[in-house]
Amino acid sequence: MAHPVQRQAEIVELSPVGAYHRLVLRAEGIAERVLPGHFAALAVDRADGSLLLRRPFFIHRADPAQATIEVVFAEAGRGTRALARQRVGDVVDVVAPLGNAFAIPTGPASALMVAGGYGSVPLFGLAERITEQGGSVGFILGAPTADRLFSIEQARAFTPDVLVTTDDGSYGIRGQITLPLTEAMRAIEAGVVYASGPTGMLRAVAEVCAREGVRCFTAVEQAMACGVGVCMTCVLPVVGEDGVSRMVRSCVDGPCFDGSRVRWEDIGAVPPDLEGAAAMGER
Amino acid sequence: MTGADRTVFVNTAAASEAGTGAEAAPEAVDLTAPFGGGTLPNPVTTASGCAGYGRELAKFLPLAELGSITTKTIMLAPRSGRATPRMAETAGGMLTGIGLQGSGIEHFVSHELPWLAERGARVLVSVAGERVEEFAACARALNGQPGVVGLELNLSCPNADNRGLVFAANPATSHDVVQAVREVADPTLPVYAKLAPDVTSITDVAKACVRAGADGLSMINTLPGVVIDTDTLRPHLAGTVGGLSGPAIRPVAVGCVYEVHAAMRAGECAAVPILGMGGIRTGLDALEFVLAGASGVAVGTAIFNDPTAPLRVLDELREALAARGFAKLTDAVGLAHHKN
Repeated sequence: MAHPVQRQAEIVELSPVGAYHRLVLRAEGIAERVLPGHFAALAVDRADGSLLLRRPFFIHRADPAQATIEVVFAEAGRGTRALARQRVGDVVDVVAPLGNAFAIPTGPASALMVAGGYGSVPLFGLAERITEQGGSVGFILGAPTADRLFSIEQARAFTPDVLVTTDDGSYGIRGQITLPLTEAMRAIEAGVVYASGPTGMLRAVAEVCAREGVRCFTAVEQAMACGVGVCMTCVLPVVGEDGVSRMVRSCVDGPCFDGSRVRWEDIGAVPPDLEGAAAMGER
Repeated sequence: MTGADRTVFVNTAAASEAGTGAEAAPEAVDLTAPFGGGTLPNPVTTASGCAGYGRELAKFLPLAELGSITTKTIMLAPRSGRATPRMAETAGGMLTGIGLQGSGIEHFVSHELPWLAERGARVLVSVAGERVEEFAACARALNGQPGVVGLELNLSCPNADNRGLVFAANPATSHDVVQAVREVADPTLPVYAKLAPDVTSITDVAKACVRAGADGLSMINTLPGVVIDTDTLRPHLAGTVGGLSGPAIRPVAVGCVYEVHAAMRAGECAAVPILGMGGIRTGLDALEFVLAGASGVAVGTAIFNDPTAPLRVLDELREALAARGFAKLTDAVGLAHHKN
């Protein structure tokens, strides 16, 4: 995993983007370490405030020259509301970069980026890497409604192969993101699919990829308390290299997992074949 | 009361004895902390379950600078832990139900402990079992291993032989665990019993543990609680009941330390060092525990907010002691019990 640092970062920009907020933070020593798929864990309250837990956000951009990183977040609760009320010039305690980053194909590859809502945040740095290596990318961006789509223009700047879906049909194709997935994979002859977004969507994408026999990497979002690997709250069942399933931490062993190794149907459960499940028997 | 005008009382007796005047230089404060029958270089450790086995925190602070590092609780066999969600944030804290996930004592001894020992970390190993003999087996596995400075018995583990009631719930079962471990553990290793606050009399449990041979007491474990998700209309944690930790529980924890230390001062319980924990976030929080009677302090949930918290708390405690004229930590231990 990444070697994270903790910094008091200055907010240099905080602005609304559709239904989300774009937050640019300046701090030395972070941007140059960022790889696609890394995230940042931000403290959202004062040092003596009542909200203790850090909020994890995927890093959208990292600019080593400016010593800035950019994250995107949705107001979903007290912590993110507090963050949205901050102002330019305020200081945020940030720990970054965190996580394992995406596995990147070694040569030129055709990659399909599949993102739900602002799940596209970590995919642009990745798309950049892949195109730099002579590969090509396509995008499917989906959301429940048009206002929750993120960065369609940014995707179009990469490639004409951009499909957009909304559940209510308010923009693009009406339906879920998996609706055009198989066709899109075949159209661009995708050798790998990268997916980021809500767990249900990741599961559906991973299932399609398994059926099509295409490699699939997923960036998961699990509730986290610390982001650095000590609290053990962000776990999910994953099949290891040795074939044994274990509860693994999405913050340090992830958040980017091979989609075929995640036991999607068992998230939120303790399947009996999980290592150490026998010891958990109800007494 | 206006905070700015508060008088900070200095410990005049300690200050004059050391000949330093009212305020000592922070670096001159002797932080040597009683630990079992011996000492540690300073009083700060990590609270079990909040620092893993040290690897992650080592990226943020040199583990050897802490008095010790207390591991996540280790049991005999690997445990998957509970299903998710395992956590809910609460005002000034959090509710967690991890289910003691871990790879088991064998894996710890072969993979984690050598790494810790190489870094010069002094390791207080937290162990638990579902039966008395499982605690003892863990203790036996740690005998002669490098880096281990003591054992902490997590008595808040369900007792398979008593309808799943935790060992810490009553003096007799707590006594049995401590006695069994004390019998097999390396006699040079202090054995600490970690007590639960949700009991009729924590002093009675403390007395039973000390009688059974505990060399120290860790206080407190989390408080049981439930958070209901008002969107799903169901308990938020997969395991329903979780343990409440964080600054919200600090007065409960300080109260427990105060009560047990008072019993020791009164001679009702043999005096052993107390390791205080529960919501410590700053040096002044730690000082509260010290004044209540703790000679060591553990930083737990605050780590999730600030991974450098244990070292920061140590620095702040040193400064707070110096500012109050204490030449050494031990002069402050239990001082709140003094009548004048």
